[in-house]
Amino acid sequence: MSKPIVATTSLAGCFGCHMSVLDIDDRILELFELVEFNKSPIDDIKKFTKHCDIGLIEGGCCNSENIHVLKEFREHCRILVSVGECAIMGGLPAMRNGIPIRECFEEAYLNGPTVVANEEGILPNDPELPMLLDRVYPCHEIVKIDYFLPGCPPRADLIWEALVALVTGDEMKLPYEVVKFD
Amino acid sequence: MSQFVRFTIDGTECMSTRGQYLVDAARDNGVYIPTLCNFPGVKPKGGCRICTVRVNGKLMTACTTPVAEGMSIENEIKDINELRKSIIELLFIEGNHFCPACEKSGNCELQALAYRFRMLVPRYPYQFPVRRVDASHPRIIKEQNRCILCKRCIRAITDETGRSIFAYRRRSARVEVVVDPKLGKQLTEELAQKAMDVCPVGSIIVKEKGFHVPIGERKYDTTPIGSDIENMQITKI
Amino acid sequence: MKTGVRKILEKYGKDKTRLMDILIDVQSEFGFIPREITVQIADDLGMSEVDVDQTISFYHFFSQKPTGKYHIFLNNSAVANMMGRKEVADTFTRELGIKFDEVTSDGLVGLFETSCIGMNDQEPAAIINNHIFTRLTPFRAKEIVRDIKEGKSIEDMFVADYGDGENRSDLIKSVVSNNIRKIGPILERNYKSGQAIEKITQMTPEQVIDEVKKSNMRGRGGAGFPTGLKWEFCRNTKGEKKYIFCNADEGEPGTFKDRVILTERPRLLFEGMVIAGYAVGATEGILYIRHEYKYLQAYLESILEKARESNYLGKNIQGKKGFNFDIRIQFGAGAYVCGEESALIESAEGKRGEPRDRPPFPVEKGYLDMPTVVNNVETLCSVVKVVLNGGDWYKSFGTTESTGTKLLSISGDCKFPGVYEVVWGFSINDILDMVGAHAEDVQAVQVGGPSGAIIAANEFNRILGYEDLATGGSLIIIGKNRDILTNIVLNFTEFFIEESCGSCSTCRIIPTLLHNKLVKILNARGVKQDIDDMIEWGRILKASRCGLGQTAANPILSSIKNFRQLYEEKIQKNKVFDSGFDLSAAVKESCKVTGRVPNI
Repeated sequence: MSKPIVATTSLAGCFGCHMSVLDIDDRILELFELVEFNKSPIDDIKKFTKHCDIGLIEGGCCNSENIHVLKEFREHCRILVSVGECAIMGGLPAMRNGIPIRECFEEAYLNGPTVVANEEGILPNDPELPMLLDRVYPCHEIVKIDYFLPGCPPRADLIWEALVALVTGDEMKLPYEVVKFD
Repeated sequence: MSQFVRFTIDGTECMSTRGQYLVDAARDNGVYIPTLCNFPGVKPKGGCRICTVRVNGKLMTACTTPVAEGMSIENEIKDINELRKSIIELLFIEGNHFCPACEKSGNCELQALAYRFRMLVPRYPYQFPVRRVDASHPRIIKEQNRCILCKRCIRAITDETGRSIFAYRRRSARVEVVVDPKLGKQLTEELAQKAMDVCPVGSIIVKEKGFHVPIGERKYDTTPIGSDIENMQITKI
Repeated sequence: MKTGVRKILEKYGKDKTRLMDILIDVQSEFGFIPREITVQIADDLGMSEVDVDQTISFYHFFSQKPTGKYHIFLNNSAVANMMGRKEVADTFTRELGIKFDEVTSDGLVGLFETSCIGMNDQEPAAIINNHIFTRLTPFRAKEIVRDIKEGKSIEDMFVADYGDGENRSDLIKSVVSNNIRKIGPILERNYKSGQAIEKITQMTPEQVIDEVKKSNMRGRGGAGFPTGLKWEFCRNTKGEKKYIFCNADEGEPGTFKDRVILTERPRLLFEGMVIAGYAVGATEGILYIRHEYKYLQAYLESILEKARESNYLGKNIQGKKGFNFDIRIQFGAGAYVCGEESALIESAEGKRGEPRDRPPFPVEKGYLDMPTVVNNVETLCSVVKVVLNGGDWYKSFGTTESTGTKLLSISGDCKFPGVYEVVWGFSINDILDMVGAHAEDVQAVQVGGPSGAIIAANEFNRILGYEDLATGGSLIIIGKNRDILTNIVLNFTEFFIEESCGSCSTCRIIPTLLHNKLVKILNARGVKQDIDDMIEWGRILKASRCGLGQTAANPILSSIKNFRQLYEEKIQKNKVFDSGFDLSAAVKESCKVTGRVPNI
């Protein structure tokens, strides 16, 4: 029997959730026995080449590119999982929600302490760039999401437990200690 | 009239002192009824509705209802717990609760209730309200993004003449808890700490304080809220 | 300014439980409540600024910034909209050059919205400087703006003749109409005030209560608690002082019968309060009236004064030793929730109108923690007739469960909107006939206002009464050409959002979520799940503290129940999930800021 196929991505996230996947330590060997990875930063496959069983989404949606990728995941994955606070509720990027877009741009490109040289005062507007959304959206407020794994990042044990359950079809056990929002 | 009354919670015979509020009577019988806006020693104000139980078939808040002889109370049942979980979720989507960046995380009662009720994601859409942070007072920060409008600070904190330091402002979804401009400036170190302690979430923060307990050792890291009551040794009268 | 405020504070004895009166006087003297006055009031009353502020900011008619020399509050009720409010609103904004919630730059005019003002039978209506303007048209709106710009007095702005009955009297002088269409035992013309008071001086309080109990009368506010029983509870509760409250805060959109009683039968009402006072052993009565009826103040005060002169109020009433009772009028300041009896008491104590937790009930611990009876206007009027004619006589009207008559406020798509006194047991069909609405032209009837139910034609045979359709008396007739979801359900839901006191988590949050779902469905983005969600979420409101919260989902729940096809028609049949997210709308602002063309 062929192995279940997993895809992962990081949208408006910090890759911390992906790091947490790696935090399952030596179980990672077991994981590769259990599943095959398709589109994912883990194997650096850029485009879907197969229909997948499970898609893990890190990060919320802050721009049009995120929306595009998320929709692509929804199309290609049977089960979609929001992994981490950003995917679930926007997370830290969503702290900009409520701040006017102009202020966000000006802080990032004109007035902020990390702005180095932008004498012409240009706000990036190349048509190739993703367009910023009016706010950061949780993934399930864009497409249907089937499971949620909270945490910042979700504990490695939670990710492991959930993945194994999804792959084997067993009931997902979520011990109190591993379900945390921080 | 006897000083004691008999009643049942989910069919179990209980006994307590007449006139006690249901939450307290239940606690004395080793039964946890979840609360949020309630605080020991502060006049109850059934605001959050999380302690809703069914008393003789009617929905009542356990923090405001005195126990009476023969009451039949439904607490740990499916629809009541589902209602409580709904309310917790509502409070999460109403404000901006960025747990990973909050000083109160791990010691927060709202978060602890969410853990207890196994909230993974609220079923309601996040509102992302635009709220402000009031850092104009010398000792405290009032972080409106995290305020759940439970009125605990309003009821618990007054100055020596009984004047309110915290109060509601406006009504409907626009309501907020504000700090008195004058009295907020005069807040003593002791009262500031009390205000922070009385706040169930991280909406009142004493300046330059926070993150002082390491992750893993915080109040609700390993034990669910309410387990102290449930694990209590009860001496039956 | 300081001395003005000091005078007001002294007028009320620097009593912080009279904060509402203090603020109403300040608002009327200065046009708004400036911060320095808030601070002065706080200091003088020994309160903190935020404590005074929490009362001010609760009420719609208190303002913390100038509202203009002329302030126009245009009613936004569903029926106002049915009767052409939008065109009137557009005329005001266009002619004044401001939006709602704004004041013209010269400080002359402020334009505001307000919830139902009790004029549903003569909409669109507005309150301008505490005076009522009814039956507005775009033409009238233009005239009003012109008159304002010319600096005319309100009096000079009335072009129509004054309304009927007492509306013409010197102390009212209003264009409001009573529209009394059917008179019964309560509204009958031959009533002579004082007879019932004279009669009870020959009775014991217990006998009065027994008579009321015998009548099986139930409270007319909507909840239907037996009046005699309420009085008996209060009588049997110990308290150094007891109070009778008359609840004239009728704020349920579509209700206006109390306004008509206050205009035409105030003596009847006051007599009922005196009887209640005698029965329960109360010495003070408080008539709590919604701010919208402020135009009746001078008239009502003069009637109270006359009653004092004739010793129907005051000490040893009609020679009965120890029968002391007086009445004062307490105005609200714009908050529907104050119609809830415990919120009304809180408000009368100078606080935010937040309902209290029960128990204890007002009869045990009410106004100033003293035993208090709160009765509806109509209830107190009915009591007088019970005393005069006996409980058995009263029982001969209506049905077993619902004795007596009921005043109905009927508005909407019918020929004769107005107040009707009918015996309980009338069917909706009877009512449609009575008001000149052809059943075949009627799509629905909203019974009991937004917190009630919307009834479809297949239920028009149902009858009014506690055994079937209980109602406080508001009936809105909705014609065939109306869009129920937009005209009615959306409007009512917005009303509940605005009028929540904000204290219960459920009532503060859920109505907004339901509103957003409804808008999503109206925008053709809904799916079946959205309907299911609304039903599920609406149920949670049942856990709210008061009737407002518990019924806030009724417009949606009851329309889903009785008009589900309207929702089904609007949802997407081929989709099970639609988040409602709109990418082009979401990127619009950022593209504008950066100066690029969206490429989607």
